[in-house]
Amino acid sequence: MKEMIGMLLAGGQGSRLGILTERTAKPAVLFAGKYRIIDFTLSNCINSGIDTVGVLTQYQPLKLNQHIGIGIPWELDRKNGGVMLLPPHIKAKEGSWYSGTADAIYQNMHYIEEYDPEFVIILSGDHIYKMDYSKMLDFHKEKNADVTIAVLEVPIKEASRFGIMNIDVNEKIIEFEEKPPEPKSNLVSMGVYIFSFKLLKEYLEKGHDLHDDSDFGKHIIPMLLEDEKELYAYKFKGYWQDVGTVESYWKTNMEMISIIPEFNLYEEFWKIYTNFDRQLPQYLGQDTHTDTCIISEGCEVDGIIKNSILSPNVIIEKGAKVTDSIIMSNCIIKENAVIDRCIVCEDCIIGSKSKIGFGENIVNKKHPKIYNTGITVIGERSIIPEMIVIGKNCVVHGETKKEDYKDAELPSGETLLMKEVKQ
Amino acid sequence: MKMVGIILASSKNEKLEELASERAMASLPIASCYRAIDFTLSNMANSGIKKVAVITQYNSRSLLSHLSSAKIWELGTKQGGLFVCTPSVTKDNAFEYKGTADALYQNIIFLKRSQESYVLIGAGHHIYKMDYREVLKYHINKNADMTIISKNMIEEDELSSYGIMKLDSENRVMEFEEKPLDPESNIASLGIYIVKRTLLIELLEQVIDEGRYDFVTDVISKYRKKLKIYAYLYDGYWSNIRTVKKYYDTNMDFLKFDIRKQMLLDYPYIATRIKDDPPAKYNLGAKVKNCLISGGSIIEGEVKNSVLFSRVCVGAGASVNDCIIMNDSYIGKNCYIENAILDKQVIISDNQRIIGTKENPIIFKKGAVI
Repeated sequence: MKEMIGMLLAGGQGSRLGILTERTAKPAVLFAGKYRIIDFTLSNCINSGIDTVGVLTQYQPLKLNQHIGIGIPWELDRKNGGVMLLPPHIKAKEGSWYSGTADAIYQNMHYIEEYDPEFVIILSGDHIYKMDYSKMLDFHKEKNADVTIAVLEVPIKEASRFGIMNIDVNEKIIEFEEKPPEPKSNLVSMGVYIFSFKLLKEYLEKGHDLHDDSDFGKHIIPMLLEDEKELYAYKFKGYWQDVGTVESYWKTNMEMISIIPEFNLYEEFWKIYTNFDRQLPQYLGQDTHTDTCIISEGCEVDGIIKNSILSPNVIIEKGAKVTDSIIMSNCIIKENAVIDRCIVCEDCIIGSKSKIGFGENIVNKKHPKIYNTGITVIGERSIIPEMIVIGKNCVVHGETKKEDYKDAELPSGETLLMKEVKQ
Repeated sequence: MKMVGIILASSKNEKLEELASERAMASLPIASCYRAIDFTLSNMANSGIKKVAVITQYNSRSLLSHLSSAKIWELGTKQGGLFVCTPSVTKDNAFEYKGTADALYQNIIFLKRSQESYVLIGAGHHIYKMDYREVLKYHINKNADMTIISKNMIEEDELSSYGIMKLDSENRVMEFEEKPLDPESNIASLGIYIVKRTLLIELLEQVIDEGRYDFVTDVISKYRKKLKIYAYLYDGYWSNIRTVKKYYDTNMDFLKFDIRKQMLLDYPYIATRIKDDPPAKYNLGAKVKNCLISGGSIIEGEVKNSVLFSRVCVGAGASVNDCIIMNDSYIGKNCYIENAILDKQVIISDNQRIIGTKENPIIFKKGAVI
């Protein structure tokens, strides 16, 4: 028996991240160089003393599964408990995909019952933050709550984008509004819930009977409020980011390179753990010029890196210039290539003298809602030949050849999707 | 695999001065994120050796903590594994190993309990990458009793610190002289051997019985004619970090692309303990050229031709040249440092000027505050 176990929702696509999540679930997207987004929540769990975590996967789980494995980097490889990957499965007579957040937990009730916990904390693998869940549990017990929801204060003008909690003086939640046009408070749900297990079970069963796509925000929380259960808001003070869009993903990464970032990875306290291939030094060559950047292990740099983030094992050849960009693991940026305001996903090769991110700021024609802030994204395992110019808000994915570009150019706002390079 | 490995990591070394006054040579930090013993351990694991004993004695604490998880080198297996042997006090034994042969003899149970036919004996402070399977093939082809991995040494001044061998045309060892004043050959033993396990047990029991304790003089030298000992000539990168100068130069060798590529970047890989440090951070004003840097470091000053380990801070306006700076050291603002070795957790306050020479780098002891 465990006092509290974690159920971590990691099956979402994160569709507003475009090509970044084409082959990878959002929680497995690289962040701040060597981390993957889910590392923050997993590290929070172990740092808070939660040693039993079920990770619910569904969308493109390959990288996520490889990354989590048996949980060694987070010391979640336990005999009693530990991390467990929970994909959707079929049962004797039924079986289906996870159709909603609450449905996913409902379908794994047996897993929770095995540990017979007093409390269950529902988490999401999509957010960048450091949080001590044990303090939230203390609050939950202190208030004798049925459910505690972690909330964050945001500027009131931004509040209408979120689920808003309206509370009384005792921090009791009296109303929940999903994306209200005129929010009454600025307390936003972080998607972190502590439930007393008995109640969770009861309401997940109710939710399952009433809805095909049972969801915490849409169904479970409103039902609980209707039944006048004791729901409390736990105010989290600290850094929290949902890197939901290409722009916010880029911006949040860039925050990590400021002199003293608001979200500090360099503190000994509350370490963030991750899984990576192997420890290696990074080498900065004779012709390197660095200006405000973070560089991960195994990189071999001989070019100019400005306001950028390099994941492990990136090669930047002589004369290449990378500015305001994120270059993910195992990429090779060939001689004299220039990259400006781009996200280059894992395992790409950028040909020599190619220029990416240059031209007018025209929004992407195919996906104007995703690529509209000037950032060009190169999907994983892509090849860009030499001497090519690619504009802003472009998307390129796959092995591209010289003949795929008209006049050796891909103008701003264009999309070029080819077959991926085989590994 | 029909071979077990033994790593001798018990020797004391005064020539490394303060670098090894509180740590075993085998646990000396190397190449920005490794420890010396990682190379031999990884070589063994990468050569398919499943069972390894590390024999340690002197200043073993740092080594023991480094070896606490055998899984790093894929040696955390049920069949085989990593055995760490320290001298134990028994009814007929003092506190220490009296020599290399004695160190092996006191752990003879490891040899007796093994079933493998061959034993590879290596050292913990040699920096190289080798596939021992090739050596074993050679050993079997030669039908040798013992094979000594050796190297044709070009630098004259080195020779008198090695065992020097004279070989016949078949590479069989004819003469073996330990640390000769006037070496008569260029072929030096690297102190890495393959021996048949049962023969090793016999030899050890015999020399200990005679009250002798050194593997080189009492086994190799003495039995050089009676046994069929062959030399396996190796010509790749190999370094023995037995002096401060050697330690310094070996670290600097990793700044060369060819050595780094062969030793670290190319498969098979050298494994070491995973450190959970964030990526290195280069703030405005950082100028880093020809350097190895590890995770968790924050650089605001200038660093050239240097090897930095994890979590090193270099303050704004500081200039670090031709230095080795180990974990958790801090260099204050506007410092100028040249040709120095900073051990772990050294703090250099602002505006300091420290200049050593390449021949004699200045060493700052672990935890020193300047």
